Amino acid sequence: MIRFVNVSKEYKNGVKALSNINLSIDKGEFVFIVGPSGAGKSTLIKLILKEENPTDGRIYLNNKDITYVKNRRIPFIRRSVGVVFQDFRLLPNKTVYENVAFAMEIVGAPPKEIRRNVPMVLSMVDLSDKAHNYPNELSGGEHQRVAIARAIVNSPPILIADEPTGNLDPDTAWGIMKVLRDINRRGTTILMATHAKDIVDAMKKRVVEIDKGIIIRDEEKGVYEHEIPGY
Amino acid sequence: MSMRFRVIRNIFKQGFKGLWRNKGMGLASITSITAVLVILGMFLILILSLNNIVMDTREKFDEVQVFLEDDVTVSQIEAIENRVRESNKVISVIFKSKDQALEEMKEGWGEEGYLLNGLESNPLPNTLIIKLKDIEYADSVAKSIEDLEGIDEIQYNQDIIEKLVLFTNYIRTGGLVIVSILILVSVFIISNTIKLTVAARKTEISIMKYVGATNGYIRGPFIIEGILFGLIGAMVSILFVNYGYNYFFNAASDKLYVLFTVYLVPPKALIKDVMIIFIAIGSGIGALGSLVSMKRFLNV
Repeated sequence: MIRFVNVSKEYKNGVKALSNINLSIDKGEFVFIVGPSGAGKSTLIKLILKEENPTDGRIYLNNKDITYVKNRRIPFIRRSVGVVFQDFRLLPNKTVYENVAFAMEIVGAPPKEIRRNVPMVLSMVDLSDKAHNYPNELSGGEHQRVAIARAIVNSPPILIADEPTGNLDPDTAWGIMKVLRDINRRGTTILMATHAKDIVDAMKKRVVEIDKGIIIRDEEKGVYEHEIPGY
Repeated sequence: MSMRFRVIRNIFKQGFKGLWRNKGMGLASITSITAVLVILGMFLILILSLNNIVMDTREKFDEVQVFLEDDVTVSQIEAIENRVRESNKVISVIFKSKDQALEEMKEGWGEEGYLLNGLESNPLPNTLIIKLKDIEYADSVAKSIEDLEGIDEIQYNQDIIEKLVLFTNYIRTGGLVIVSILILVSVFIISNTIKLTVAARKTEISIMKYVGATNGYIRGPFIIEGILFGLIGAMVSILFVNYGYNYFFNAASDKLYVLFTVYLVPPKALIKDVMIIFIAIGSGIGALGSLVSMKRFLNV
């Protein structure tokens, strides 16, 4: 589904964000990317979304080489990857329903499909009764659930979540994780960058730890960090 | 309904929405486009009217008169005529005899014409009147027959001709320069307005990008918004120029300026050209302004 082969990224200002990354994520996996701030998590996500090009190595998405593609192609790559951000990024002048429908309108989906899919994803994230509210009438957790609904409404095979619980209290964060787990169970591959230790530890999913641009750990059913033996 | 059609319809919908949402800033750009086009219209009227004067004057002076010697022979006259006709710069060559010239002069003098009856002999020369295709040819036509026999004098208004040609060119280039500057100014104003509307929709644009909207889909509404600003500006200025000029023209014709208004372009002849030019320039300015403003904004 996602494959990095010897990928390195050095920014123009000389910062080496990633060096020699090899990572392979299969269809249907749920993967946590952990590591301190500035470790390279965001760069990894930017490379998948084609916001940045790698300086070295190759990147494959759905078995297609996306290392270097024409600008014209980028929108179509992004349609296969849903994204959720820490700061939600909803449109304040649109209702919950319109915010989600917006993602379908952009790709030219038939109105019939919009009328069918939007209520469906809203019920998946448990927001059916808030469909006609505006974002400023919602709580933080509800904001993020709208953002998730918007990210999955076009049924992308991959969902990327960049610290989706970063702005939420623990209880609300758990609500979001349940939604993500449900989505994952329906077959969507999920890649989630996070700092939330207790969530990672409790979910028992694959954990990839990055530090200073290098993958230092990649294990199934992992935890946020290992106790260092001898301490 | 195909997917492409829906996408295009969405782009138009967003463009109209943007127009409505940005009423305040939009009003500023519409006003600026209107102002520019109205000024352009004034220049247009000025240039066209001056052109009229120039054309009129050209017609009055597009002759070369060749005064012939009294003892000129028919074959000499024919030689001159042939030489002139060869050049392709001439509409007609007419021979006017001494007697005809005198008759015309009598007619021209009207009631005082009888005074000419007292002349012992006709002092007027036989004349060849050469009508030129363009006054600019006067000099070369005159030079081409200079060396022929039987010519007493060649007369044409070299000075006026040269000045007119120069003046016409000045008006044209001056108008072109001023209009170009005005267009640049309004492109700048529109691009600034669209820049503000792009900035106001920054979040929306970033979301659109992440959801996979194409660049065309993102740019489309702004370009349409810009074109709509331009079109509205064009409409308003068409009304201004049409009614304003009509009023001015009628007022001027009614009073003592008839001599002056005969050279003005009649409003009816103007309106169609003004409409086409304004709509083309207005929407062009709008589209160009949006493109300029987005060039650096939308790159991810």
